[in-house]
Amino acid sequence: MDGAPDQGAEAHYRAALNQGRLLIQRCESCGKHVFFPRSICPHCWSESLAWVEPKGSGTVYSTTTVRRKPDAGGDYNVSLVDLDEGVRMMSRVDGVPPGEVKIGMRVAAEVIEEGGGGLVVFRPEGAR
Amino acid sequence: MSAKDLRGKVAIVGVGTAGCGEATGFSELEILAQAAKAAVEDAGLAMADIDGICTANLSAAMWPLNVVEYLGIRPKFVEGTNVGGAAFVAHQTHAMLALAAGLCDAVLVCYGSNQRTSTFGRKERTAARNLLDHNPYEAPYRPFNPPSSYAMIAARHMYQYGTTRRHLAEVAVAARKWAQLNPEAFSRGPLDVETVLNARMISDPFTVYDCCLVTDGAAAYVITRADRAKDLKQKPVHILSNATAAWHRSVANMADLTVTPSKESGERAFAAAGLGPKDMDVVQIYDAFTINTILALEDLGFCGKGEGGPFVEDGAIAPGGKLPVNTNGGGLSCVHPNMYGAFATIEAVRQLRGTCGERQVKDAKTAVVNGNGGNSASSQSTSVLATADAL
Repeated sequence: MDGAPDQGAEAHYRAALNQGRLLIQRCESCGKHVFFPRSICPHCWSESLAWVEPKGSGTVYSTTTVRRKPDAGGDYNVSLVDLDEGVRMMSRVDGVPPGEVKIGMRVAAEVIEEGGGGLVVFRPEGAR
Repeated sequence: MSAKDLRGKVAIVGVGTAGCGEATGFSELEILAQAAKAAVEDAGLAMADIDGICTANLSAAMWPLNVVEYLGIRPKFVEGTNVGGAAFVAHQTHAMLALAAGLCDAVLVCYGSNQRTSTFGRKERTAARNLLDHNPYEAPYRPFNPPSSYAMIAARHMYQYGTTRRHLAEVAVAARKWAQLNPEAFSRGPLDVETVLNARMISDPFTVYDCCLVTDGAAAYVITRADRAKDLKQKPVHILSNATAAWHRSVANMADLTVTPSKESGERAFAAAGLGPKDMDVVQIYDAFTINTILALEDLGFCGKGEGGPFVEDGAIAPGGKLPVNTNGGGLSCVHPNMYGAFATIEAVRQLRGTCGERQVKDAKTAVVNGNGGNSASSQSTSVLATADAL
């Protein structure tokens, strides 16, 4: 484990994110990637979870547009993204209007600063 | 002992509802107590006979204590499992075990919510729950839950199987047509597919009509051992089986968005009952959203995976269709006070008693009840119920 022993997985993940890095876990016992961060592997229940930096590329598994009136901030996207490492996370796809986010779309992760800390969002692959 | 040994050993002997729709000026405990009293009297019992209780609530962490205090009872068996709206179906296994073991003789399952009219607003309650049950991996993205999670489930089902918004709308229209036959239903006005499709979008692909109602309401039912049930006031409705499956909490952790825990709970419940979907006369599904009905029909085995959309076409689950589903109008059109499991159970009981008036399914002897809980089909609980002559 490269996480500090006096810190749990959630705090370690959050600290990395606040420094602009997305980390996920990989179980050294069964080899599977794990997200969200945990203290034991939900596949084989080993405690040997190592932090790894994912490639950041993934595919939109599902998506919705949450409808909000313009004066309440307008519509926004919520998506589930499957990272190429095989884990799924909730996020959103920025850089395109919410209605244009489609299932199957290839996306790339980006850590932005929002709400006083690091936040993982995605952009369509190839977009800047 | 196996689940099969419990088959038919207990029966639902009393049911009651109160404050359904709008219970302006009443607290949730007040309407819960009214429903509890109605259920106990319906059974021909007295509140003093109740020595077991199953109840849960979305706000109070020690809710069974609030309820026993309010009702003035001191039960020997107390059950407060909360797996969301499926809880009041899932409680049946615990009641069956306690009754079969002789720990108690009459179990009251009860629920009440005044979420629609409460002066302590819904917004504040939602914010409080998000604070107390915080999910740091989802909250920053502001999913409008539960609609957004089920919307993503529906979107994936549409993507994988070609299910359409029209299929979803068929579910809403069928529920409304049943509600029109039920004087106790909250929404009974005309509704057609075009109206559903053109209504205000909430979280794509759901319009407001794809989402369950937000009402007040309380529901209660009483369970006893079958030997005692035969001497009580009502025709007993036997619980042949109940099985619960709990798979995840949040939608990002749902392994396959098109397969729900009903796949497991349904298989286990039907196996213990010794019956299958083809043997069911009436189907009561917790329809939090239109996609729930389609998913449950697939996962319980009424049709194949991905075939739920075509299955509900042309009024197939509406009155006069091939399968009577949600005959009270469901959570979509009858009543939905946050957690609907007890109401689905009660409608099945009323159908099997033959007391449903205009919406009565002729000669109904068997029913399946499918509870749903959590904000992404997180837990589900399936029960098979039957009249004495179908035991």
